[in-house]
Amino acid sequence: MSKSDERPDQPGNDPAVSRRSFLKGSGLALSIPLLAGETVEAKAAAEPAVPILGPNKVDITLTINGKPVKASVEPRVTLLDCLRNDLDTTGAKRVCDRGTCGACTMQMDGKPVYSCTVLAIEAQGHKITTVESLAVGDKLHPVQQAFWDNDAQQCGFCTPGFVMACKSLLDKHPTPNDEQMRLGLGGNLCRCGTYQGIKAAVAQASAGVKAMKGGKRNG
Amino acid sequence: MAEYKWPDAEKRQYIGKRISRIDGPDKVSGRAKYSYDINRPGMLFGKILRSPHAHAKVVSIDTSVAEKMPGVKTVKVINGPGYELQWAGQEIVALAAETESQAEDAVRAIKVQYEKLPHFVNEADRSKAPESYLRKPNENATGDVSKGFAEADVTVEGFYGNDVITHCCLEAHGLVTEWADDKNVLIHPSTQSVSPIGPELARALEMPASSVRVKMDHIGGGFGSKFPIDIWGIEMTKASKQAGGKPIKYFLDRDAELAVAGTRPSLYAKVKVAAKKDGTITAWESDAWGSGGMGNINGPLPYVFSRIPNTKTKHQTVATNVGPQRAWRAPNHPQLALVTMSAMEDLAAKLNMDPLDFFLKNIELTGARAVTYKDELMKAAEMIDWKKTWRPRGEGGLGSTKTVKRGLGLSIHTWQGGPHNSDCDIIINPDGTAEIRIGTQDLGVGVRTVLNIVVAETFGIPLDWVKVSIGDNRYPVSGGSGGSTTTGGISSSSRRGSVDALNLLFEKVAPTLGTAADKLEAVGGKIQVIGDPTKSMPWKQACAKIGVQPLVARGKHPGQGTLASAGVGGCQMADVSVDIETGIVKMNKFVAVQDCGLVMDLKTAESQVFGAMIMGVTYALYEEKIMDDHSGRMLNGNMEFYKLAGLRDIGEFKVHMMTGPGYDERGPIGLGEPPTNSPGAAISNAVANAIGVRVPTIPLTPDRVLAALSQAGAKKEGRG
Ligand code: FES
Ligand code: FES
Repeated sequence: MSKSDERPDQPGNDPAVSRRSFLKGSGLALSIPLLAGETVEAKAAAEPAVPILGPNKVDITLTINGKPVKASVEPRVTLLDCLRNDLDTTGAKRVCDRGTCGACTMQMDGKPVYSCTVLAIEAQGHKITTVESLAVGDKLHPVQQAFWDNDAQQCGFCTPGFVMACKSLLDKHPTPNDEQMRLGLGGNLCRCGTYQGIKAAVAQASAGVKAMKGGKRNG
Repeated sequence: MAEYKWPDAEKRQYIGKRISRIDGPDKVSGRAKYSYDINRPGMLFGKILRSPHAHAKVVSIDTSVAEKMPGVKTVKVINGPGYELQWAGQEIVALAAETESQAEDAVRAIKVQYEKLPHFVNEADRSKAPESYLRKPNENATGDVSKGFAEADVTVEGFYGNDVITHCCLEAHGLVTEWADDKNVLIHPSTQSVSPIGPELARALEMPASSVRVKMDHIGGGFGSKFPIDIWGIEMTKASKQAGGKPIKYFLDRDAELAVAGTRPSLYAKVKVAAKKDGTITAWESDAWGSGGMGNINGPLPYVFSRIPNTKTKHQTVATNVGPQRAWRAPNHPQLALVTMSAMEDLAAKLNMDPLDFFLKNIELTGARAVTYKDELMKAAEMIDWKKTWRPRGEGGLGSTKTVKRGLGLSIHTWQGGPHNSDCDIIINPDGTAEIRIGTQDLGVGVRTVLNIVVAETFGIPLDWVKVSIGDNRYPVSGGSGGSTTTGGISSSSRRGSVDALNLLFEKVAPTLGTAADKLEAVGGKIQVIGDPTKSMPWKQACAKIGVQPLVARGKHPGQGTLASAGVGGCQMADVSVDIETGIVKMNKFVAVQDCGLVMDLKTAESQVFGAMIMGVTYALYEEKIMDDHSGRMLNGNMEFYKLAGLRDIGEFKVHMMTGPGYDERGPIGLGEPPTNSPGAAISNAVANAIGVRVPTIPLTPDRVLAALSQAGAKKEGRG
């Protein structure tokens, strides 16, 4: 139901594919007046030329969970599809494919994004963190452990997305209040109805964070 | 002959405790592979061109451009010229290409000419249906309904309805399909029917059933919609053959998932029900109709209060040009509950009775489970503080303000859920590990965990010494997961198999312990002489006696002993607030009391009830398949406008499972459906209680709440 105002800090201000360079590349009228009398032409001249990509496949390098990985994708392929189809990284799920359900949530430079709304080519140069990176061997991340302990999953299809949203929430607000939780997790949907478990999981994970912090202070 | 029964309460180590689901770590880490996650070498992507019209004849199809496009490997017409399409979204052409975007491009390049035909997609107003779309009604009567109404002091007449909703499984329907060689097919479907789906595909392909191998580890939702192989499963398997056996991944895009992968039929009813001054119900009359897609539905009214002495009912199916209906978690029950419980609450309101008292007064009309219902109603009332909070209809419950009104509502429900047929193999290895192999599937309810619990409990060993293998049609045949039949069936077969395997082990161990096999028991990781821990052998040592070959026993349901049964009741109460200026309904509190026989895992059992309640809030307040009269298409085939409840839409939820004497001895009974039945009714009743008027149809969207309020206002002012 709800979209979060803290959710996807979607890219778009990436200089490599900015609106301005798009306009320049597209050869649209070059003297469209912009704010304060500035023109595209004037600004464009100051920017380095940006190659036009596609429609054929382009080689890209993504930084996934700290490692550079190469892929060859059409520019229209989303980060989510690139990971799932080209790199066999299938933890994130495709459900709505249009930024509504949160099943594809990953972190980009530490912030949650709907990876179905990010192009793979746009994700270059950013740090992508997926659910696969959280557990180390058999050791679950505290958020994952909390999801398990509180049975915050049924079919589990929404779970990786929720885990990533929840991790992002706790990264930002280690002990979230109701409103922060609503905003941080309101952009994810579950059909099986696991919200009761998820609320309990957030409480447990956030208590864990608190304890860890306390531990540090004391030690 | 071994005695097959469940261990007594004091001896249960795992059964009925709070056990975390064993596949939890896989699910929270993203390691769990759903069929949608299967990538195979050289895999192609399938796409299907679907009908844009609700009713049309295919005149011509030109696929020549698509065939020559980059990456395209196969193009196959499913329904060719002359075919009469019956709903928007029906399949026309299947194709497969190297990448998903190439497949999408190719679909767009196909040219089809249609001859449009008249369609009908909204059945709520039955009078608009063409004559040929109205099926012959079913009519039933008991007692003398005119006499029943004549005896009554108070009669109410109402209209109640549920709109069509879809399943909206988060993992869409589909499969990965490939030819292992020219005679054998391997599929990874998303299905709630692992054992039966292979033979179904084989039949469609005219191959021997033994040539289809089915594998599925996890499924991302089904709710009744994922039994069949479906036309796309068949066509994509054919396409894979055309492509030289290459694997094809085909999963429905979200719009198709919502348009064609299953709906819950609608039900609308005009109801007349009457009672004496003291609340005794005397008569019921209903005229109901609903969409069955192109199929047919039927259901008993009145629901649960089935012993009302004088009843007359009529039910008519109205055909529509909408994708087909499928079983949706407790087929028909949520709709029947809404119609019945709303009418009951309206009658209670007119009698100036608290509906809780009114339900209790008439509880005998529910038949054999009257005592259970009574206990459950009392428990739920205590959990929600009913007596303190409830106020007569329209007075605004405790804490109401001028614009936000609070109300309470209740409902009771039932479901059969008897066990399905189930076979399994229980294997004890010489190293002390055990395995269960069974052709079942875990829809998310914790099937793996239940199986793990049963085997470990029977052997008296730690849970992690047991491996649970499911989701493969090479394992012994178990039923599809539908109708809440799985837990009963698999618990029962796995218990019998485990008891038999254990007895085989006892035979091997008895000579060493100097006793007879029937004098042994397995407890606390040991085999011992019954009641005598001094004469014992650790489990692992005992298993070493097996020799090199594992011990195997086949467990079956049905079989000896009564390990599972059928039939449960349940009760739910909702506490809502309604903003009468915006029409927005908010859940404050929602409680459920449910029995399901012997609870196998309290943690996952409660989760299922919570899940059903949340899904209930969703269908009661938000969900609706909106069909456009003009185009005949679904208007909200996406997740922005096909709305599901989010985390913030649920209030304080509480679940209480009825367990212990009177419940446990019935053995496990499936729990998937029952708690889904009451939410619509309980929430609708709570809204009526809050605002003083009935919002006749669910979902109770703000526009409907406001319309009901303004209509009531108009009536009061003499305008309506
Ligand atoms: S798949 Fe990306 S938000 Fe739904
Ligand atoms: S657990 Fe099934 S969708 Fe959330």
